[in-house]
Amino acid sequence: MRLAPFELLVPASLDEAFEALARGGVPIAGGTDLLPTLKQRRWRPERLVSLHRLAVLQAEHVEGEGLVLGALRSLAEVASSPLVAEHAPMVAQAAAAGASPQLREMGTLGGNLNLDPRCRYVNQSQFWRGALGGCLKSEGDVCHVVPSGKRCVAAMSSDLAPALIALDASVTLASMRGARTLRLDDYYRADGTANTTRAPDELLIAVRVPFATGPRRTTYVKWRPRKSIDFPLVALAIRVDLAEAGVSRVCVVANVLGAKPKVVGRLDRFAGRALDAALAAEVAEVVFEQCKPLPNVPWDPAHRRELHRVLTRRALEELARR
Amino acid sequence: MTGSTWQIGKTHRRVGAYDRMRGVSRYTADLKLPGMLHAKIVRSPHAHARIVDVDLEGALALPGVVAAISGRDLPTPYGIIPWTHDENALAVDKALHVGDGVACVAAEDEATAIEAAAAVRVQYDPLPALFDPEEALASDVRINPYAKKGNLTKEVELAFGDVDAALAGADLVIEGEYRFAGTTHAALEPHCALADVDGDGVLTVWSTTQVPHYLHRELARVLELPARRIRVVQPPLGGGFGGKSEPFDLEFCVSKLALVTGRPVRLLYTREEVFYAHRGRHPMTMLHRAGFRRDGTILGVDARSTLDGGAYSSFGLVTTYYSGQLLSAPYALGAYRFASRRAYTNKPACGPKRGHGSVQPRFAMEVQLDKAAVALDLDPIELRRRNALEADSRTINELRIGSSGFLDCLAAVERASGWKERRGRLPFGRGLGVAGSTYISGTNYPIYPNEMPQSAVQVTLDRSGRARIFSGASEIGQGSDTMVAAIVSEELGLALEDIRVLSADTDLCPVDLGAYSSRITLMVGNACLSAARALRRVVTEAVARAWEVPARRIALVDRVALDLEEPGRVMPIDEAFQRAEAEHGLLTAVGDYRSPTDRHGDYRGGAIGASPAYSFTAHVAEVEVDVETGEVHVERVWCAHDCGRALSRRLVEGQIEGSTYMGVAEAVFEHHELDVAHGGLHAGPSLLDYRLPTFLDTPAIDALIVEAPDPRGPYGAKEAGEGPLHSSIPAVANAIYDAVGVRLDALPFDPPRVLAALRERGVRREGAR
Ligand SMILES: Cc1cc2nc3c(=O)[nH]c(=O)nc-3n(C[C@H](O)[C@H](O)[C@H](O)COP(=O)(O)OP(=O)(O)OC[C@H]3O[C@@H](n4cnc5c(N)ncnc54)[C@H](O)[C@@H]3O)c2cc1C
Ligand code: SF4
Repeated sequence: MRLAPFELLVPASLDEAFEALARGGVPIAGGTDLLPTLKQRRWRPERLVSLHRLAVLQAEHVEGEGLVLGALRSLAEVASSPLVAEHAPMVAQAAAAGASPQLREMGTLGGNLNLDPRCRYVNQSQFWRGALGGCLKSEGDVCHVVPSGKRCVAAMSSDLAPALIALDASVTLASMRGARTLRLDDYYRADGTANTTRAPDELLIAVRVPFATGPRRTTYVKWRPRKSIDFPLVALAIRVDLAEAGVSRVCVVANVLGAKPKVVGRLDRFAGRALDAALAAEVAEVVFEQCKPLPNVPWDPAHRRELHRVLTRRALEELARR
Repeated sequence: MTGSTWQIGKTHRRVGAYDRMRGVSRYTADLKLPGMLHAKIVRSPHAHARIVDVDLEGALALPGVVAAISGRDLPTPYGIIPWTHDENALAVDKALHVGDGVACVAAEDEATAIEAAAAVRVQYDPLPALFDPEEALASDVRINPYAKKGNLTKEVELAFGDVDAALAGADLVIEGEYRFAGTTHAALEPHCALADVDGDGVLTVWSTTQVPHYLHRELARVLELPARRIRVVQPPLGGGFGGKSEPFDLEFCVSKLALVTGRPVRLLYTREEVFYAHRGRHPMTMLHRAGFRRDGTILGVDARSTLDGGAYSSFGLVTTYYSGQLLSAPYALGAYRFASRRAYTNKPACGPKRGHGSVQPRFAMEVQLDKAAVALDLDPIELRRRNALEADSRTINELRIGSSGFLDCLAAVERASGWKERRGRLPFGRGLGVAGSTYISGTNYPIYPNEMPQSAVQVTLDRSGRARIFSGASEIGQGSDTMVAAIVSEELGLALEDIRVLSADTDLCPVDLGAYSSRITLMVGNACLSAARALRRVVTEAVARAWEVPARRIALVDRVALDLEEPGRVMPIDEAFQRAEAEHGLLTAVGDYRSPTDRHGDYRGGAIGASPAYSFTAHVAEVEVDVETGEVHVERVWCAHDCGRALSRRLVEGQIEGSTYMGVAEAVFEHHELDVAHGGLHAGPSLLDYRLPTFLDTPAIDALIVEAPDPRGPYGAKEAGEGPLHSSIPAVANAIYDAVGVRLDALPFDPPRVLAALRERGVRREGAR
């Protein structure tokens, strides 16, 4: 497959970048997600704005009671960063689980959080989509996953998003019009055709992960058929905060269900319980109840659903043993 | 076996390996000619449609577009098998599957060609599409316009002995229905072709083919040019596995466009197009019944198979025979009957993939044997041992077996895997499984009937102490260039790097039929050996005369000629060659190979499956099954393979590893699947969705070489390229049963399927059977 021609702008400062974006440019970081979609001729931006000379996006430092990671940190850097390992080990774990070694060198945090939601009916060549007749997210007007649906349910497949949401991370966006910071959870929308609240002229500048205020155990569970390359088919970020009396909070964020990572609800009732096998089994049931995979990514949804139960239970059992 | 071991049986660095490792090998896609045009094929979005009109005008009107053709420009049908010419280079009246080629455009650059392809207006009249072979066989809708018997592409029924009586008299009858889902080759290099016409009107086609000779013939037929005006060159290949063993649309298109425009034309498939070209392993449904005596003796086997052929015949006639003919070894069968049918469907055509036609039924057979071993309370290795055919015997369908190392293969995997000590003592969820198999070393009959040699090699020595080998053989990564180099270096005392191999160029090299059915080592090897021995005679005689000793005292090793009875007396090899050339004239010799015609039965179809020699394989697989997720982790596989004689050890080990890898991949990961609910679109024509195991998913593989030399092979060599795939799949299936007590009779053993099977049998948490 060949890329269609485009103009590439390489701004040397944020202001230049903002200006280029305001004129309709599309940001490109590592290009590992964007370029395949362009090769598939999903869309044809005239102008790409490379971020690679913007040193401010390379930040990594502690700021107040939190860790700040610039949008341009590569997945490999995030995976091997001592600061991330110390303050947000689940984020390192998620970054290390992404894609493959080569892609982790190129792929960035900002690109990962802005990953285009995936679907077996849209991540295909122009020819293939044409033969299908397109869908809501491409050239058509139906959804093949939920034929009665009016909204695209393509699956957000970023490994980092659920881990960061589970840690209450926030993101800072900026444009010529100013800057804003919001919870990462609020950044996403449940619409696969545009699953973030990012305005076209905005750049994601950095992510801030607040430090834990007490003892905490976390783990990121990724399931995929192969041990490398594959996007997650099940992604579960699990966080357990502990207090004297036992568990103070259980948080599970599941991805690859729809366009927005899902914060599993009704887990408050586990506060005060001991972190043990019984808790693991019960939480697993709640996750199973609430997480209902769709045939949006190419895998049996019933099997994916069952995996939610098994993998949640196992992960919590493992956290209990730590 | 010859006693000499100067090169044979050693480990060699492959010819061309260094260039490949440095990334400087020039593959077909790397070739560029001045003025070269780029071509793109317009493909059908419909699985079955009448072509009402192809309007090329819009494409031709675009700046930079030079030419465009449609099916009517290349109307002559072709096909790799002379009796089933049922394909056109581009669809003439009907498109038969999604991705079938309809038109082709040539432009100054690839981007323009892509635009031009989109500008071709094709008007289709969609027809009902059939995706299931049984439905296709029952339907009045005719898929392939050249078909002679509706949607039945081939049917074979053969019986040997009285199977019904054998089953009726058996102590145990095992019956099962097995399903092989279908897989593709997924060679890393996509198909590519480049054509150029010179001032004398000679058309040269560089192509990623593994059958230059057959391509040469079919080009002549379809282009209606005399073969003498066509040259086919096969540059270094990035893998074939059977996926490049017949002509494809792109080769005809670039040739036609080069003839029309007078300019070089190149076409490189996208990965997606490789999936549409396909020719992968047939989906097969196999109903097997086998009768056993209490002691495990196989009294009779009845096998009925349905093959889902896709839209074209490809090698299907042979595949249909192979699905039955090659099951008759490595075990003695009391009686045997098979019936195989191949159907057309509106899918990319199936064809030969490594282990052509026999991998699917081998899976069925070996799981049947495992079930029998359980029922009879016999060790599955012992059951196989008791039924093993002897060397120099005849199978029930009258194939003549020469050497056999099958028992040694079983013993080798039994020992290496710790079978006796470990089997039955592993924790729940972990298991060991065994399977055995056999394969051909080439077929005794060529694809088109003729009396000429199947292979030929020319070897020339020069004054500098070098040799040139002109070999028709297609080096497709299997190492055939290294194989001929090892033979010439063995016979003429040269180092491997003193030998230049020129292969697979129809202008420069003698004809060889191609890289398929594991024929090259035996056939080209024999041809090369006879040429090399003829030259050795000339050289040793010249040295003998110089030293005034009998020629039998002269040995050629390590770049010298030496006197075996007077070790101090040596002559540098270049001097030896010079003396020989002075006496004899140019040092060149040809060798060829003719296959035996007396090693099969005298019935219709009896020659199909007949080979000069048969290889034997045994696998033991060790798996870990996660009963909650359905994941099967293949931890380790031991493969013992009787290749006759390992001419170059590392190459044989590489083939054992590669075959086993491919088999395990098919067992656990791969599925070439169409989305029938969406018009027969390919479910995921990319290497992200078609999941080949990564390094991390690949088991540890122990390659165990067994050597039972066969007098019909060069130095006793048989084959190693395809045999070591077969039994890997049933070995995994049988290991899963050993691990969790659940049978998987349908492939692939992917987690949803395995989990469903576990649930059905009531297996849940660890240990809870
Ligand atoms: C074979 C393959 C396997 C993969 N497997 C995985 C996987 O397992 N898990 C996973 O999470 N990902 C996977 N990916 C996707 C991708 O490699 C990663 O998500 C990567 O982190 C994307 O980052 P990038 O810098 O390459 O993004 P780009 O491709 O450069 O950008 C992606 C999107 O983000 C936007 N963008 C980038 N940076 C910014 C910014 N600072 N502000 C605003 N918008 C921005 C771009 O405009 C674009 O829309 C895979 C990709 C491939 C090709
Ligand atoms: S979920 Fe529906 S609308 Fe969205 S990409 Fe898939 S098929 Fe298209």
